[in-house]
Amino acid sequence: MRVATEQQLSLLTGAEAAAHAMRQINPDVVPVYPITPQTPIIETFAQFVADGLCDTEIINVESEHSAMSAAVGASCAGARVMTATSSQGLALMLEIVYIAAAMRCPIVIAIGSRALSGPINIHCDHSDSMMARDAGCVQLFAENAQEAYDLMIIAQRLAEDHRVLVPVMVMQDGFTITHSAEPVALLPDEVVKDFVGEYEPLYPLLDVDHPTTQGPFVLPDYYFELKRQQVDALDAARTVWLELQERFAEISGRRYQGFFEAYKLSDAEYVLVVLSSTAGTAKVTIDRLRRKGIKVGLVKPWVFRPFPAQEIAQALAGKRAVAVLDRAISLGSWGPLYLEISAALGRYLPKKPALYNYIYGLGGRDTPPELLASVVTDMQNEVDPTVLRYLGLRE
Amino acid sequence: MPNTKELARREEMHQRFTGAHALCAGCGAPICVRTILNAIEEPVVVVNATGCLEVATTRYPTTAWNVPWIHVAFENAAAVASGIETAYRVLRRRGKISREIRFVAFGGDGGTYDIGLQALSGALERGHRFIYVCYDNEAYMNTGNQRSGATPFAAQTSTAPVGERSFGKPQRRKDLTEIAAAHHIPYVAQASISDWYDLARKARQAAAVDGPAFLNVLSTCPRGWGYPTDQAVKIARLAVETCYWPLYEVIEGRWYLNYIPEEKLPITEWLRPQKRFAHLFEPQNRELLHQIQQQVDEAWEKLLRKCERYEAL
Repeated sequence: MRVATEQQLSLLTGAEAAAHAMRQINPDVVPVYPITPQTPIIETFAQFVADGLCDTEIINVESEHSAMSAAVGASCAGARVMTATSSQGLALMLEIVYIAAAMRCPIVIAIGSRALSGPINIHCDHSDSMMARDAGCVQLFAENAQEAYDLMIIAQRLAEDHRVLVPVMVMQDGFTITHSAEPVALLPDEVVKDFVGEYEPLYPLLDVDHPTTQGPFVLPDYYFELKRQQVDALDAARTVWLELQERFAEISGRRYQGFFEAYKLSDAEYVLVVLSSTAGTAKVTIDRLRRKGIKVGLVKPWVFRPFPAQEIAQALAGKRAVAVLDRAISLGSWGPLYLEISAALGRYLPKKPALYNYIYGLGGRDTPPELLASVVTDMQNEVDPTVLRYLGLRE
Repeated sequence: MPNTKELARREEMHQRFTGAHALCAGCGAPICVRTILNAIEEPVVVVNATGCLEVATTRYPTTAWNVPWIHVAFENAAAVASGIETAYRVLRRRGKISREIRFVAFGGDGGTYDIGLQALSGALERGHRFIYVCYDNEAYMNTGNQRSGATPFAAQTSTAPVGERSFGKPQRRKDLTEIAAAHHIPYVAQASISDWYDLARKARQAAAVDGPAFLNVLSTCPRGWGYPTDQAVKIARLAVETCYWPLYEVIEGRWYLNYIPEEKLPITEWLRPQKRFAHLFEPQNRELLHQIQQQVDEAWEKLLRKCERYEAL
């Protein structure tokens, strides 16, 4: 195994960082279709191909629906496949994302998170990926450009492990991460190549000497069992994720310990749970509050599917109060992350902390540290946890 | 081109698509599939849109296919084929496979004229080397005869039914073969399950061109059209003899007519044996029959003007 002895720091946007991961992975086929804020991922990657830095075949499809359809075709054919999208693009391809998962296609999908229409809006929230949470994919959330890069590389290996074989979606927040430049440590090309290895398809359609029928018509006598196999695949993804973290830490020195980052959690009385870039704001807020003597910590899940319910419940055991911040809402219900954590606490903890849910940042609404601090104040004041609350909303 | 006898022998030998399927007696689709697959020399990979052909040939865990076969969804067979063909090119370039393979996508008219038109257009425009075959039975037959963009004017369907205030479908069918030709692809042809040798020749030609090929094949449906199951080929033949469904091809943008009937039969010869047109023979609908004949005549004249020459079968 090759290990990165020196990692070059580059000033890259999250989109560029994801494109670099794609360049280093050098997949066989990448179907592309533009949509803000994902577009710079495929543009940067297309330039890498145009410059001969990798030799992937790009298919300029005519819609995201066809992007995912071509991805499934290429993946079943036996190729390593990646693509990228956002928001409406994910909504349009969603029919085929479910099928990609059921056909066990290890496609890596980079997502520049963006609010779903309507009304139309190009800015970040997580309504797009949350819409796809039941599709059967692994879902990973990156806080920053570095994580976006690292998770893309881990995703490829995770998806293609024969115990898993499902698509992996890697989310980075639209604009906040996709379009913001920060220093990113890129691994040397050969280290990445070595880490991801070769894709070994089990039943490639192009093996004409061993013909297979793929995507047949399945009636009530078998459908249920096939869905159960997808449950097992996502269960296996937990094991493989943990194994890969060991390997990835060895080559990069960056450790994605467990399924979530625990920031100043061990002695915390109050906990914020939040995905993606807002975790950065949360860390700043926590540091400020701790200087005032308030013991606050953070849980930032990297892995949303399969949901690490038991691990998160255990991490929250004994806390005074927990506030789950959701950048999406299941209309008619509460936030998707909250619903998961609420179920996890109910399932695993006999004595539960007070649990709050805040909806924030929809359609790109800014969420500064003061708003997150107000959540901690609410927890200190023991406000009513049976009320769904909103951050930064004019009412 | 092998002769008819040789093609028949190959049917026996190859069995790329076997009889182990649940398609109706008198269905045109299996004739279309067997003829095309057996006419192609190279190994093939088949892509299938959702529809009768898919549902009736792959009831898990059984299959009627002895060649690699894939189905993903209804509207995306051409896009799936794009992905497979691209994977094929890159895996060959990277030395992971060496065989010469052809790619054939089958979709019904619903999956091709309507819901799959965008994916088809995109794939044709991008120039993937594959053959798209529309087995056109002129309505959504898998779900029980609902009208599609391919359903002919005045035909009875379950979503444009005949009634006190309706004579069936009030619109004309769209001309998908012409739409495909407008993509400037190397090969486009219209064929019928009734003209076996013509269809086989067109399949071979489609497999030989270095780029996309599109075949629009008239394919009968006993349930939707309403004819005795042993009349499938005869009904399809009448569509050709009445010039309702001309056999022609567009090679590199040049139009060739493949068949001119010795005596062009009146359209009623094609309409009368089919229950979906039965209402047209009631006295109050005489004008509709006249209109249909006019439509056929005009389309035929237009086609004759387009075709540079007549290419005998």
